[in-house]
Amino acid sequence: MGISIINEKCVGCGLCIKACPFGAITLVNKKAIIDLHKCTLCGACVSTCKFKAIILDKTTTAKKDLSGYKDVWVFCEQKDGIVQSVSWELLGKGKELAGKLNSKLGAVVLGADNIEKQTTEIEKRGADLIYLVKNPKLAHYQDEPYANILINLIEKYKPEVFLCGATTLGRSLISKVAIKLNTGLTADCTGLDIDQKDKILLQTRPAFGGNIMATIITPNHRPQMATVRHKVMKEAEVHPGNKAKIIEEKYGEEILKSRTTLVDIVKEIEETINLSEADIIVSGGRGMKEAKNFELLKELALVLGGAVGASRSAIDAGWLPYSHQVGQTGKTVCPKVYIACGISGQIQHLIGMQSSKTIIAINKDPDAPIFKVANYGIVGDLFEVVPALTKKLKQTFNK
Amino acid sequence: MNVVVCIKQVPNTTQVKIDPKTNTLIREGVESVINPFDTYAIEEGVRIKEKTGGKVIVITMGPPQAEVALREAISVGCDEAILISDRKFAGSDTWATSYTLSQAIKKVNKINPVNIILCGKQASDGDTAQVGPGIATFLNIPQITYVRRIDKIENDHLVVERLVEDGYEIINTAIPCLMTVVKEINEPRLPSLKGKIKAKSAQIIHWTAAELECDPKNIGLEGSPTKVLKIFNPPIKSNGEILKGETGEIVDKLAGILKQEISGA
Repeated sequence: MGISIINEKCVGCGLCIKACPFGAITLVNKKAIIDLHKCTLCGACVSTCKFKAIILDKTTTAKKDLSGYKDVWVFCEQKDGIVQSVSWELLGKGKELAGKLNSKLGAVVLGADNIEKQTTEIEKRGADLIYLVKNPKLAHYQDEPYANILINLIEKYKPEVFLCGATTLGRSLISKVAIKLNTGLTADCTGLDIDQKDKILLQTRPAFGGNIMATIITPNHRPQMATVRHKVMKEAEVHPGNKAKIIEEKYGEEILKSRTTLVDIVKEIEETINLSEADIIVSGGRGMKEAKNFELLKELALVLGGAVGASRSAIDAGWLPYSHQVGQTGKTVCPKVYIACGISGQIQHLIGMQSSKTIIAINKDPDAPIFKVANYGIVGDLFEVVPALTKKLKQTFNK
Repeated sequence: MNVVVCIKQVPNTTQVKIDPKTNTLIREGVESVINPFDTYAIEEGVRIKEKTGGKVIVITMGPPQAEVALREAISVGCDEAILISDRKFAGSDTWATSYTLSQAIKKVNKINPVNIILCGKQASDGDTAQVGPGIATFLNIPQITYVRRIDKIENDHLVVERLVEDGYEIINTAIPCLMTVVKEINEPRLPSLKGKIKAKSAQIIHWTAAELECDPKNIGLEGSPTKVLKIFNPPIKSNGEILKGETGEIVDKLAGILKQEISGA
């Protein structure tokens, strides 16, 4: 197990240095040297080397017994008793994966008594099995009881694949579950597929803010767990005729207890649509000049049924609360349409929005980096374009 | 309160430029910095100490060069620094990293009982947000992720605010606990002259896998359930179109594009 360079084969071309995402390779006396402290054994250099001079041995011992694990499971996140749309995306992808594995699609839903009503909707979205746990104590998400229940369910029914939304809830919950079950978890996947030969889950995710993509596998542990980025996968279609078997489980006080208590929930974002849920985001940066100009963006967002975002400089200037910040130290979003107004496009901002489906940029400076990632660019004055666009859209939609 | 802050050294993305031809990061000459989110964890740790007394112990797992990050943490008020470094840790995924850090915290706890553990909400290179909850799970203590404010610190519990998509939750938690923090929680201070001098001469503690009594099955590549199959550059975005003309024309085109995007979805 490990990585090594065959000095006889290495010609010192330096290709591997460029390929290494972790800056672990240097040339010493025209031979490549790998700094094992920095190396993560990812293998990027191995595939770049034209001289087959790098050898990576990834074999690990102790294969576990993986037979007995079957089915693809999806965690259906609920808020106030309503299953969230990210779950429909997971069910859509889950169905496809289950098909390729020739297995069933299971949906797990936890909540208060009113959650039972949601099973009809989950059924229509293609689940074959619904694992239902209801208890007044599960009305709101809490790390410990939710994690305890999932661990129990997974140990009992042994799913092969487990998917969850990469939301604040999902990221907190599934990290705990994967550690306890001693299995692999890949965060924030944007692509999922099944390797036809080995029948394992191929989990593709962006790293370094989307500038590198990595495909990750969990070869020797089950279930193969992944959180999936919201708004990337297509929602499952509605099939009113689909029938699912409901399996209800009950748990005692020991499993339901929590060392944290939820005292209160405070809603903060003024708009009714939150950034990570929004299909359309209208975002403003330094070019907005002052807080009151964000009214222009709010108006446009209202017509489009979208939410308002902002770059770090706009947040730091105090024009909008932090919860609106898009970018590296704010939120990562991938709406269908992202409209950047007066945002120059520093890399920290691009990291948070460049996976949006369509990007429209309005900026005075033709050299602004935002135009590099934009599908449509307008070099012009946003104070002219935005109000005119709002007006035009009002007319269009009112027809 | 004794606080442990876990930090990570990452490439400084503020210096990173994108190669316009290949659309990939240009990494040459990029220095390493403390993960931006971890700077808020350090500041919060120091503030807790200033309010309640006790010590702030900063820990990082990484190459010997990561000592620089630890010295920086000392310069802004941390008391002790521990570097966990061993070639045996190479190839660690989030599972193995959480395990290794939790072993280190257990070792710290034997000398200085640990009350609060702080982490940044995620690292800016990996973006997984898994190691904080992972450590809490290995240590079997409560976790609160995305903390934006600590409202109250009592002997046996804390009241904190946790940022969620549409606002925040107010949570009461038992101590010891682990929190991951967001940017909103504070504004990190700059190092003082005294701090800089202290950082220069500070003794950095080094711990290896053997000193942490790590089970070899749980560390490095062997202890990592996930494996990287391949790394590749994302497909390059097709060159965008610049809309030209009078404002009226541009707005007509934009309205058309938006209408199509909304209905075609």
